[in-house]
This record gives sequence, structure tokens and C-alpha cells, in this order.
Amino acid sequence: MNSTEKIELERLACKARMAALTGTYKAKSGHPGGSLSAADIFTYLYFKEMNVDAKNPDDPDRDRFVLSKGHGCPSLYAVLALKGYFPIDEMDKLRHVGAMLQGHPDMKGTPGIDMSSGSLGQGASAACGMAAAAKLDGKKYRVYSVLGDGECEEGQVWEAAMFASHYKLDNLCFIVDNNGLQIDGRVEDVAGLCMLKEKFEAFGFGATEIDGHSFEELESAFKAARECKDKPFVIIAKTVKGRGVSFMENQVGWHGVAPNEEQYKQAMAELEAQLKASEEA
Amino acid sequence: MAEIVNKATRESFGLALCELAKTNEDIVVLDADLSGSTKTGIFAKQFPERFFNCGIAEGNMMSVAAGLAACGKIPFAATFAMFATGRAYEQIRNSIAYPKLNVKIAGSHAGISVGEDGATHQCCEDIALMKTLPGMAIINPADHWEMTAAVKAAVEYEGPVYLRLGRLAVDSFNDPENYTFEFGKGITLHEGSDITVIASGIIVKDALDAVRELEAQGISARLINIHTIKPIDEEIIVKAAKETGRIVTIEEHSVIGGLGDSVSDVTSRRRPVPVTKIGIQDRFGYSGPAKELLKLFGLCKENIAKQITEIVKGS
Repeated sequence: MNSTEKIELERLACKARMAALTGTYKAKSGHPGGSLSAADIFTYLYFKEMNVDAKNPDDPDRDRFVLSKGHGCPSLYAVLALKGYFPIDEMDKLRHVGAMLQGHPDMKGTPGIDMSSGSLGQGASAACGMAAAAKLDGKKYRVYSVLGDGECEEGQVWEAAMFASHYKLDNLCFIVDNNGLQIDGRVEDVAGLCMLKEKFEAFGFGATEIDGHSFEELESAFKAARECKDKPFVIIAKTVKGRGVSFMENQVGWHGVAPNEEQYKQAMAELEAQLKASEEA
Repeated sequence: MAEIVNKATRESFGLALCELAKTNEDIVVLDADLSGSTKTGIFAKQFPERFFNCGIAEGNMMSVAAGLAACGKIPFAATFAMFATGRAYEQIRNSIAYPKLNVKIAGSHAGISVGEDGATHQCCEDIALMKTLPGMAIINPADHWEMTAAVKAAVEYEGPVYLRLGRLAVDSFNDPENYTFEFGKGITLHEGSDITVIASGIIVKDALDAVRELEAQGISARLINIHTIKPIDEEIIVKAAKETGRIVTIEEHSVIGGLGDSVSDVTSRRRPVPVTKIGIQDRFGYSGPAKELLKLFGLCKENIAKQITEIVKGS
């Protein structure tokens, strides 16, 4: 990845964070923390990794994406809008009555959303079904799914992992947004979940652990995922919840609370400054 | 008179799936380690590449089926009714029903006729659970021929379907020569004017035997077979309410949330008449041979005839 590409991705991710916060602020509800932690992953997937065309969102040969941690959707919606699936001003109506953008992803109402999700654990399994369908049809498309680390407390994630490994779904890639926090506190304090990479490896996955905010590391991790044969792959992406907004970073309280006007203004000012800095770079 | 086929509807289901899969390559089947019991094993043998044993993980199976459907497949996800609609209820709701994905859920060993396995496996709440889900169709076939036709109808129907399968072998009563399955339409099996009996599933045969016997005793009971519980055939129910003035429903399911409640819902809105519900009365079952249990719970020809007689004579 050259520096121009990297700067462009950083700028897109920054814009996605701003749109996600705007949507959440105007909705007076939503999940900024986990949305900001996964924004770089969504940006990389849609602008570098996945074979998708916003003008043809139902292309049967497209790569699929399932946001298993459905509550992180504000920044996914923003990335989809930046990619051209729908106008960015849809973000202003996020979670409003009659809006296209629901509180959690709705595949029937939003172009670019491949699977409805929000109930934790289920998206991982649905992604397995999609990968299995590609194999049955002899198609080349790949399936990506972002999971939360807290979400990995759901038994269904491991049922899905068992299935993916048993059916050798090497066209499937899970990305765990490993920000270390969930609603009730630190993931390791709530239920003692640890050693995610080793757990997935024990379930038969190829795995790597990276900095989920480094586009270079994302690039090499996705390359490793594509090169992994006969088994599914997982990227444990170490991230910072609330990434990009100083007072939200690593704060449990920002899991599911919208910013007030003052907080919103401050957050936007910080992100504007980051955008400007990357423009000057 | 057509030849009587004695077969469990789960077996008719397994055979029908294989037949349809020969010409429809989109059909895929998932099971959760019960393929010998749900009879999807028949399909697995013929079409191993299109069969996914998910192991004992029903929740995952339902969401995997959703993913397959989202990519154009027509998945049949089979397990016991208890584990499909009970354990995996939320996966069915959020992964399948909410996005209206084209998944067919096959719940086998429904009702108390599971028999010896007892209460933990006797699911008498499956129809109630599935009925509450927006857009979920529910089909409860009565015999071999009806199941054969229902599986085909489920494939042709675009959207989620819950198909109820029985463990117990039952005699067929439909004649394949002149039987037609119309999704969402009830079938009048016997004409009558004193009372209407509305039944569903493997208990329809007992109801048919009962109304035939009653005819000889001078009681004219109409019998309607409702194979599609949702969407229910409102017109056939309203017509029966108008013409006979009273209704008895019969189901191998809780009287709470089942066929009887669907019928009562129609009559209370459109033609209020007394509705008596024969079924499982807000209780769990217990172990025992299936046929004995059906008798003990009043789901037999004798009890159906007795109840109808009491209602007709008592009025």
C-alpha cells in the first residue's frame, strides 16, 4: 500500500466516523463506541478488499459482508454511503420513523446490507451459510463477517466456528473487533473471555492478530486470509473502542449512548482536525 | 377407494424432498444430528453434496440456512419440533422471519405422539410459537399424500414456512388421484349441517372416522381439514359458522395458540359462534406408547365422537 492509498483510506475512515457520530447524535441513540472501533475495518473492506459494486448491489457474484455485531452499523452505513450505495444524508435520519437506516442492519431495506443482523452470534452463522452457498455453486465470491469480542461470549459463535471449519469454508473470513469492552465492562471482567486467537485456532481456523487501525496490517491480514486454504480464517483486530474521539476512547460508557450537543461538537472538531491533518500530510 | 398407505409424515417428507431435489438443484437440506429420525437421511444419501449435518447446534443451523437462502438456495432445516421452534426460536425470528428469507423449517416429532421420550420431547407449542412470527406460513399435513403435496407447495412458496412432521405412522385417507393441495385453503372432507369439526394434522383421520360413525347415528357433522394453519382459510370457517352454528376444533397441540385459537379468532371477528377446543389442555405430556397417549389425551375417534354428541345433544 502506498502512502497516497493509505491517506485516502484514513480520510474515508475519518469521514465515516463523522457521519456515524452525526447519525447517532441526531438519533439521540445508538452505539458510537463499537462503531468507531470498527470504522477502519469497514473502510478497508469496502474500499480495498471486497469485490463489490455499489451500482449493482445484488450482483450474485459479489463478495458478501455480514455485520454480526449489528449494533456497530452507524459507521458501516457511513462507509456504504461513501461507497455510493445511497446518499450520505440518509445518515441524518438514522433510527428515525420511516428511515431507510434502521437501528440494526436490515437487508430488505438498505442497499449494500447483505444480511439482517443485530442479535449477536447469528450473523456469524449466516455468513457460514453464504460461504457454503458459494462452494455449492462453484462461485468465487468471498464472505466477510465482523464480530464483536463481547459477541464471542455467545455460544452460537462457536457453533458457527465448528461448522465453518468442518465444511472447510476457506472463502470465509471472520474479523473480531477486539476492543476489549462490552456494555457491562471489560470483556475479561464480564465473563472471562480470553485467548480468542487460540480459541479460533483450536476450532480449526487460520488466525492472525493485528492492529485493527493499521491499514498496512489489515492489508497483510486479508492477504493471509485469501491465501489460507481448506480452512476458514479469523483476524483478531485489536482496536480501541471509541477510536478517534479522545473522550470516548476506551470508555465503557460510550457503548450505547449518543453524544449531547456539546460532546458532538467537540467530537466533530477533533475529527475535522484529523481530516485536515491527513489532507496536509 | 384409494389404497391406504401407512406411513409417518416425517418419512413422506424425506421421500418428497428427494423427489423434488432431482429436478430442483436449489434445494439443500440441513439437520442437527437427527437425520435418521427426521428422515432427511434419505436425502443425505442421494444428495450428499447438498446436505449439511450441523451437529447438535440448532441455533447455528437456522442462521446458516438463512445465509444459504440469502444466496438463492431453498434450504430445508430439519430437527425435532421442540428444538426447531423452541431452542432456535430466536434464530428463526431474527435470521429467517425478519428478513423474510426462503427457509423451510421442518419440525418433526411434533405433539405428544412422540410417545416414550416423554414431556421434554413432546412439543405441543410449536404452532403457537411459529404463529406469532410475522409472515411465517404454517403447514400441518395429515397423511402421506398431503405431506407429499405440502413439501412441493413449500418449495414453490417464496418465503419462510414451518412444516410440522409426525413421528407416528398413520393411515392415509386422501386419494392421490383426486387430491389437490392449495396453499392456505381448507378442505371439506365430509359434509354436515349440525356442527362443524375443524381438524389439523395426523388427528384428521380420527376425526373423519368419528364424523362418519356419527352420521350413522343421525348426527350430521361437517369435517374441515386445515393443513395450512397460517394463513388460515377464513372463508371456509365463516361459511361453516354460518351454516352449522357451532364448531369443534381438534389438534395434537396446546389449545393455547394452536388451530383452535386461529379458528376462534376468525369466528369472533366475523361470525361469533361457540367453539370447543379439543387438544392438549395447558399441560405437559408424559412417557408412554404414542397411541395410548393420544387416547389418554382425548385425541382419538371415540372421544371426538363423544364430545360432538354431547354438544349436539346438549343444545
